[in-house]
Amino acid sequence: MTSKKLGKQTIKLLSPPSIIATASIVGPKEGKGPLHEYFHEILKDDLYGENSWEKAESKMVKEVVKTAVMDARLKLEDIDYLFAGDLLNQLMASSLAARDLQIPYYGLFGACSTMAEGLSLAAIMIDGGYGDYAIASTSSHFSTAERQFRFPLELGNQRPLTSQWTVTGAGAAIVAVNKREGPYITYITTGKVIDYGIADANNMGAAMAPAAVDTIIAHFKDTGLSTDYYDLVVTGDLGVIGRDIAEDLLKKEGINIKCLIDCGEEIFDHKTQDTHSGGSGCGCSAVVFCGYLYKKLRSKEFNRILFISTGALLSPTSVQQGESIPSIAHAVSIEASLNVVGRCN
Amino acid sequence: MSNNQLKRNELYGQYVKERSPKPNYIKNCLWAFVVGGAICTLGQFIHNTIENKMELTHLEATNATILIMIFIGSLLTGLGVYDVIGKRAGAGSIVPITGFANSIVAPAMEFKKEGYILGVGAKLFSLAGPVLVYGITASVLVGILYYFILTIGV
Repeated sequence: MTSKKLGKQTIKLLSPPSIIATASIVGPKEGKGPLHEYFHEILKDDLYGENSWEKAESKMVKEVVKTAVMDARLKLEDIDYLFAGDLLNQLMASSLAARDLQIPYYGLFGACSTMAEGLSLAAIMIDGGYGDYAIASTSSHFSTAERQFRFPLELGNQRPLTSQWTVTGAGAAIVAVNKREGPYITYITTGKVIDYGIADANNMGAAMAPAAVDTIIAHFKDTGLSTDYYDLVVTGDLGVIGRDIAEDLLKKEGINIKCLIDCGEEIFDHKTQDTHSGGSGCGCSAVVFCGYLYKKLRSKEFNRILFISTGALLSPTSVQQGESIPSIAHAVSIEASLNVVGRCN
Repeated sequence: MSNNQLKRNELYGQYVKERSPKPNYIKNCLWAFVVGGAICTLGQFIHNTIENKMELTHLEATNATILIMIFIGSLLTGLGVYDVIGKRAGAGSIVPITGFANSIVAPAMEFKKEGYILGVGAKLFSLAGPVLVYGITASVLVGILYYFILTIGV
């Protein structure tokens, strides 16, 4: 008999694990964006002293994990699990980093939903008593994503207005047994793959918006919480267009969220940074969570957030074979302190 | 997929189309016209100059001009300038032969890290390949057609 499951898709963590430390690294372009003061490190050179973009991305993963571990005053040997993923074929960035880190490793592919997916699984492991510390980490890199999914960097093509800019960045968060202060992970809603038939890989926000909406509806239905329980509902990388669509779709379902923001929309300044519909990539929600949101939760400026990383589970092959874009969204409820819980129960 | 889902997808597709911003076609066309025109004018200038100064035949001067334009396109790609031009000019910098040079040099630079055989060698024509395949096929078909039209004596 399950005691921790609510409804069809949600888990309530009975002893909510805390996120004791995070780290984030971003590239130079993200470092010029509106959230620059919240990131732990801003690279001057997005090659990061390596000889390929993929190796640079992998180094970012390694460095964020090390920084977070150091910040928590732990050693790499203390960490029980590493959940990591990226956008590259066979998870090159995460796997090469895990090779050096020597932490027991689960490689995840959830496209840009990986940060919430990793946080979910790390929290379940810790809540279940299978370890003391688990790390969730993801990364993406503009230049690795371009060559994997689109065109060589120097090709003189035009990006459509609906396209999004892959964030160069990596984030890591350490989830630990609840014995220190928060923020805490309290609920997890696992998403289903949703596909509304959008086949345009240059409009991923529109493809992912229904998935985000589906997960948000499931979350509130399963938990019975009211929408004003959260200070902030944060989607991963729907971008400007996708966030707009998601808000509209939620309204049509009768769900009014007073503050729905999107990491892809927040990370860049769209007037000056020429990113079109905003940021995307695994690193997008990862650095916004590990940098901006985490710091705001620590300072209790945000008390409760629903963090929903959104992923477009397309592959270059699926696109070429004419398939529409399967999308997913995972939600993690994060609360700055536990003593105020009960207001809505 | 059920009919309901198909209907839902169709409606959603229309809705997304309405919500998505449209490119400024007039501005894009103007950029393409000006940049594409400038590249062609430069080519014509080079052609005229070498034809007159170096006493080459018209065809020889054409071949030399093509070489020079490909060199310019490749150089600008290598310097990281061509993609900046292309971002504004679109077809204006893709259609002239400098764009063809760009479409070969860009993957060559990009995939050098995977080695000279499986990287540069295999990926060199990944973008220009389709253009070559269908361009040459089309020219062969037109050539055959032309041959038969001539033999019939139309």
